[in-house]
Order: sequence, then C-alpha cells, then structure tokens
Amino acid sequence: MPSAGRRTRVQHKGAIAGLLLPFGTLFALFYLVPIGYAVYQSFLTVEREGTFGAPETVFGGFEQYVRVFSDEAFLASIGRVLLFGIVQVPVMLGLALVFALLLDSTVLGLKRVFRLGFFVPYAVPGVIAAIMWGFMYSPNLSPFSWLTERIDFLSGSVVLWSIANVTTWIYTGYNMLIIYAALQAVPQEIYEAAKVDGAGNFRTAWSIKVPIIMPAIILTAVFSIIGTLQLFTEPQVFRSITTAVSSTYTPNMTVYTTSTVPNFNLAAAISVVLALATFVLSFTFLKFTQRRAFE
Amino acid sequence: MTITKRPQRSGTRRAAADKGISIREGPLSRASALLFMVVFAGYFLVPVWWLFVASTKGTGDLTTTNPMWFSDMQLGANVGDLLAYRDGLYLSWIANSLLYAGVGALVGTLLAAMAGYALAKYVFPMRELIFNVILGGVLVPATALALPLFLLFSEVDQTNTYWSVFLPSLVSPFGVYLARIYAAASVPEELLEAARLDGAGEIRAFFVVAIRLMGPALVTIFLFQFVYNWNNFFLPLVMLQDQELFPVTLGLYALNSQITQAPELRTFVIVGALLSIVPLVVAFLALQRFWQTGLGAGGVK
Repeated sequence: MPSAGRRTRVQHKGAIAGLLLPFGTLFALFYLVPIGYAVYQSFLTVEREGTFGAPETVFGGFEQYVRVFSDEAFLASIGRVLLFGIVQVPVMLGLALVFALLLDSTVLGLKRVFRLGFFVPYAVPGVIAAIMWGFMYSPNLSPFSWLTERIDFLSGSVVLWSIANVTTWIYTGYNMLIIYAALQAVPQEIYEAAKVDGAGNFRTAWSIKVPIIMPAIILTAVFSIIGTLQLFTEPQVFRSITTAVSSTYTPNMTVYTTSTVPNFNLAAAISVVLALATFVLSFTFLKFTQRRAFE
Repeated sequence: MTITKRPQRSGTRRAAADKGISIREGPLSRASALLFMVVFAGYFLVPVWWLFVASTKGTGDLTTTNPMWFSDMQLGANVGDLLAYRDGLYLSWIANSLLYAGVGALVGTLLAAMAGYALAKYVFPMRELIFNVILGGVLVPATALALPLFLLFSEVDQTNTYWSVFLPSLVSPFGVYLARIYAAASVPEELLEAARLDGAGEIRAFFVVAIRLMGPALVTIFLFQFVYNWNNFFLPLVMLQDQELFPVTLGLYALNSQITQAPELRTFVIVGALLSIVPLVVAFLALQRFWQTGLGAGGVK
C-alpha cells in the first residue's frame, strides 16, 4: 500500500488479525487439525500380548497402509467407483453441456422454464433423492412399473447404474448452470465473425463456444471426479433396500464400516489414502487437460 | 479475477441476437430442440411430482392407484400423522437442520466475508500462502473430513452433541474464496479511504462500508454453505446416536432403513421427504439469480 507509513501498518496488522483469526482458528481446528490427526492415527496400530493381553496402541509405521493396499474389498471398491466415474461423469457433463449450449443458443424457447426445472433436483439432498429413486425402482410403487417389472434395478449387476442415475439426476442441472454461466460471460462480439462467415448454430457451438468455456467444463469435471471417489450417501441409502450393495461398496463406505468395527487406525489410513488419491487425480486431470486445452 | 456479469435479460444485445436467429432457424430444428428439452424436463421433474402425489395418498392407495395422479386426498392427515410421530420428532429434525445448516451458514458467511475481505484488501506477509492453504481446503470433500473430525471429537468426549455437527458447519473455504473475489471487485479503495478519513477504524470500515457493498455476494456465499451443510450426511451419521439431535436427512435415512421391518413408516418417509424439500426448492428458485452469480465466479479462473 503506497500510503502505509509505519503507524498505519501496525494498525492494519491488528485489523488483519481481527478479520482473519475467527475463520482461521476454526479452519485450523476443523480442517487442518483433523487431517493431521487422521494422518497420525493412521500410523498407529493396536497390539495385544497373547490372546488375553490388554490392547496397547503403539507406533506401527506403514502397517495400516500395507493393510489398506492388501485389502481386496477396498481395492474392489476403488475399481467400482472408477468404473462408475468413467461412465457417469462424461454422460452427466455431456448432457449438461448440450443443455447449456441449447439454453445459450437461439433455437430454444421457454429457456427460463428449462433452466429452473433442470436445476430443481439439486435442491434435493442426496439422502432424499436416493430414498425417492429407491421408491421409483421398486416394482410396486414405481410410476414406471412397466419397466421396473421387467428389469430389476436393484440387482447386483444393475444397481451401480441405478445409483449413477441418481447422481446424474441431482447434479446435471447444477453443472449445466456452471457451464451456462460461463457461456453468458463470453462477449457476444466473438460470435459476430462466425455469423458473418455463415457458420450455423451447431458449428458456432462446437468450434467457438466449447473451446472458450473449456475452463468451466474442466472445473465441473474436477468436482465430479472428487464427488465420484467420495461416493457415499446414495449407495449407503440403497443398502437398506437391496442386498446388492455391500458394506464396502465404495471407498467411503469402507471407511465407515471399518470405523464402526471399530478399527479407527485402519479407517484413518483408508481416509488418508482416499484423500490423497482424490487430490492427485483431480490435480493430474487439471494439469493434463489444461496443457491440452492451451497448447 | 473478475466477476461474471449477469446476463442482461432485456439487453439490446440479446434481443437483437434472438431476432436475428429466429429468422434463420428452421421450425424443424426449433421443434426438435424443444422436444429434446421437454423429454429431459420430464426426467428431472417426474420424481418430484411422484413424491408430491404419493404424499397425498393413504397407505392402501399408494400401491393400488395410478402413481402419477391423485386418488383420495389425504395430505393433511398424512402430515398430521408425521408431526405426531414420536412426540413431534420430525419437527426436532427440521429444527436441527435449520440450526446446523441455517445458523451455521449464517455465522460461517460472516466469518468467510471477514477473511476474504482481509485477503483482498490488505497486503501482508504470507498472504498468498494462507490463501492457497484455504483454497486447498475447497478440494477437501466433506466426506473425507467426517472420520477425522469424529476421531478428534471423541478425543475430547464431545461426539453425539450439537457442537460436534454445528462447529464444523461454520467453516467454508469456498466462501472465503468467493468473498475474496467479491471484495476485490466490489469494494472501492476510495470509499475505504473516505471512511478512514472520517475516523472509522479498519474493523468499523469493514462492518459499515464493505459488508454492505458485498451484500449480494454474501447471499451467494450463504446459499452455497447452506446447501453444503444441509447435504452433509456423513458427518452427522458418524457423530450422532441420539435421534433427538439428528438433522432431517439423517432422520429420514433412519426411518427409511426400518421400512422393511415396519412398512407403516413408508408414508412418513414419503411425506417427510416432501416437506423437507419444498422450502428448499422454493428458496432455490426464488434466489436463483444469486446462484448464477456464484457459479459464474467459480467458473472464472
């Protein structure tokens, strides 16, 4: 600050501390400390001397992590959410992009109605949405009974995609709005040249609009990847209506199940692995796509 | 970083564009675009409609009548039954949700606004480092924090309390991120200087001058945090055992899990789900313009 003399500087220090500390303290207490504590817990292990000895918590090094990576149920759950993500994220974002482009184009009427209507599911919490779709999938309640009588949406091979449908239903409208907001921010003049060239709506959308709003699409992709790896609520709700969803169906369900055993050290280790995997995956994706988008 | 301008609805720019194209687009492509969107509108809205219709039916009609249309109107009786269930347990759930999500987001928004403002308006050592650490927090999902928070709260014997869910609900790194962008864009340095010349202290300048200019942005931050808290299911699930402390999502989850043993709870779950989302849907639609702003800011890199 140009006018900041020594006296005003000191005053500002007080103000800065006063403005930052309330949030900073809570952020440290409920973000940083828990993460640190989980990492600490993940390096501990419970030992017993003989079968009847008193349990004792000791430093175990990477013992829990070795267990995490040799746990077949956990590895299977990772594979499951990856498969889920590879299919669900592109479908959802593809739809969101098409909707947003249509809303931004001039082919469509009733834009406001569609924009609001598609966004409604986002106001429905995951638990409620999963409960609701649970009823939709059940043969005797569903309004789509001609379909649910023929296909068992809650059976072993199908239920993953039934869950994918729930998350698609909730988040497509939200992602549509993010992409749409980005489209609205593009100055109209950019399209003028294309119009003069005689490019139609479709060509303008594909070769001009999509590249410009790539950062917004990447953003939605990163958040979707995070969400997929963290999948918990919807499958957890489905556990009460189908046996096809095991207690270790997704990585976070494994964390939950392990912690109710209780084996907190192992659960902490899984949490740490999961958080790191999420971070690395979204970071890599961000780097990779940014390089491709801007090279 | 700049804030996305909201679209000008009646702006000449858009109007002109609309006019230009309506001449160019054939009726066929207009009709097919409309049809496409109508089909998906059905996909997004049919489950909500079904929930509404189902809420108005008695237990018998639920499975025997057309799921998409009303039969015997029983909504009032159903709601009455739900509210009477276990001495108004459902109302406590709603109240708890409002406390965790509503009060949590309200206080949280103020804290985020203060921090974001400080990060935007002052130059101090380690400012970028602090901001980047907070930004890293945005990437930490709620579910990843639930177990560590549980371990920590059990260390001080405070699990299964209001505080164990309420306190973590106050922290919104994304709110700080948004607040910083908004403060930088909407609070002019000249106004702050004027306030300083008037003898207002820095903190006072924030509360009197800045917070008013940041008003619309604060609504956006509040909304995001409200939804984040309202949807946070894992944290209350691991923290709380006492049903009296449950937020409505966890309460309905618990009810839903018992349906196989106690089918009479099904109506409670359906009506409870409807009642819990109606205020949210209405608020979402009414405040949609704030969503747009927040999402726009999130999309600008």
